[in-house]
Amino acid sequence: MKYMALIYMDPNTRTPPDSPEFGKMMSGYQAANEVYKKDGVWVAGDALQPITTATTVRVRNGRTETMDGPFAETKEQLGGYYIFDCANLDEAIRYASLIPHAAMGCVEVRPVMVFDR
Amino acid sequence: MGHNPAAVPVAEAIDRIARQDGGRLLSHLVGSLRDFQLAEDSLQDALESALVHWNRNGLPAAPNAWLMQVARRKAIDRLRRSANLHAKSAEIAHLIELENGSAMADEPDPIGDERLKLIFACCHPALDRKTCVALTLRSVCGLKTEEIANAFLDAHEAMAQRLVRARQKIVRAGIAYEVPGREGWAARLESVLAVVYLIFNEGYASGSGRHLRSDLCEEAIRLGRLLMTLCPEEPEIEGLLALMLLHYARRAARIGASGEILTLEAQDRRLWDRAQISEGVALIEQALYRGRPGPYQIQAAIIAVHAEAPSFPETDWQQIAWLYAELARTADNPVYELNRIVAVSYVEGPAAALACLKPIAMALVEYQPFYAVQADLLARDGQIDQARLAYRRAIELSHSGAEKLFLSERLEALVRGVLTGPG
Repeated sequence: MKYMALIYMDPNTRTPPDSPEFGKMMSGYQAANEVYKKDGVWVAGDALQPITTATTVRVRNGRTETMDGPFAETKEQLGGYYIFDCANLDEAIRYASLIPHAAMGCVEVRPVMVFDR
Repeated sequence: MGHNPAAVPVAEAIDRIARQDGGRLLSHLVGSLRDFQLAEDSLQDALESALVHWNRNGLPAAPNAWLMQVARRKAIDRLRRSANLHAKSAEIAHLIELENGSAMADEPDPIGDERLKLIFACCHPALDRKTCVALTLRSVCGLKTEEIANAFLDAHEAMAQRLVRARQKIVRAGIAYEVPGREGWAARLESVLAVVYLIFNEGYASGSGRHLRSDLCEEAIRLGRLLMTLCPEEPEIEGLLALMLLHYARRAARIGASGEILTLEAQDRRLWDRAQISEGVALIEQALYRGRPGPYQIQAAIIAVHAEAPSFPETDWQQIAWLYAELARTADNPVYELNRIVAVSYVEGPAAALACLKPIAMALVEYQPFYAVQADLLARDGQIDQARLAYRRAIELSHSGAEKLFLSERLEALVRGVLTGPG
């Protein structure tokens, strides 16, 4: 089964890139990625640019409307994602808990929908 | 077979099977159907069909085998009728194969027991606790949805929806239908035990009035016994069962004449159920003997010390203080320390206990029992004015009518005691 792990973090508590914590966090991601690749569960994974770069798109009456920024102000914002291929939810939870931001923000794990052919 | 079997006994027999064997039948069906909701619906279909057929022909020689076979056929039928028949063809083929392999057996009960898998699925930590409780009562214990809804004062429809959503989540989120391996064992077992204890407390904390609530206690104890059979030699399961038995043994002494909750000190110990206490004590001794203590075992050991004390003053408070100190090491919970301090007060006196209270005051500033304990200690230490303030704060923080009443009576007794006191 494929699972998406959505990584949420509080932008106010972001780790500054010039701090020693930043290096520790990055090596945490590196270590996690190695485990995912080694165990053959890695499908995809990326970090996202900050929410200030976001554009909200809506189509109304056939017209595309765009809006600067996020749809709603929330404390925790989507900062990145992974897609894992795992046998079951317990495995997905185990891999999701290796994501360094699980210890700072939170990670939402959702199964990817499979449509019947 | 008799050709005019009475309808009522058949309906009763079916209800009895659903209660006694429902969990086992469902666990077996989920195993072969791999779909929680489909298994639940098909078993329900089979029970309804049994009512018609058994009324006509009497009970079959092997009712459980009959139910399983009919449930499988009903499942095939449901799959065939489903909108995405094409996608389901592999599952149907698999079921037909199963069906052909199982000639209507003459052996009385050929159904395997997969209830442990069922329990672990129902109590998965990815489901919210209330949902786990409801699902366990429905699927493992075979309670009817409306019985569960009544127990939680929920609308029947809302409870039914909750159960459907939970079964769908189990399937769609890929919650495995298996007994967790060594890696996940501790955390998953902890979740199962928490759910069982929650069922017990739901029944126990609610007090006397409602009949169904004491049923919840008995259901939880039944689950504890089942877990012990399914995974023997697991000391925390024994500890939890002992804990529930020892609490439940005091049920008759716990409620006063006007429905108020009586403290351990005020309870008439002659009303305690001695047989249940002996069973609980034997169990906790057996568990501790395994040398792998845990929070449920320690809590049971504490209640066991109380249960074996001939009176409140004759309690082995030293032992209880020590056990609470052990309990505090299993989890960072200032409430355990609060209880330890109470025990200390009976060994070293209220003044010594009051001194221990200071370091945890900050953590428990909004916690009603902290002030109740503080008030009691202050009163026993002769600081009556301070004690009254603490009681008032405790009453302010309490959310329960029974609790407020209890605290107010304490406060009043204190005032009376001062008025009629010496001097």
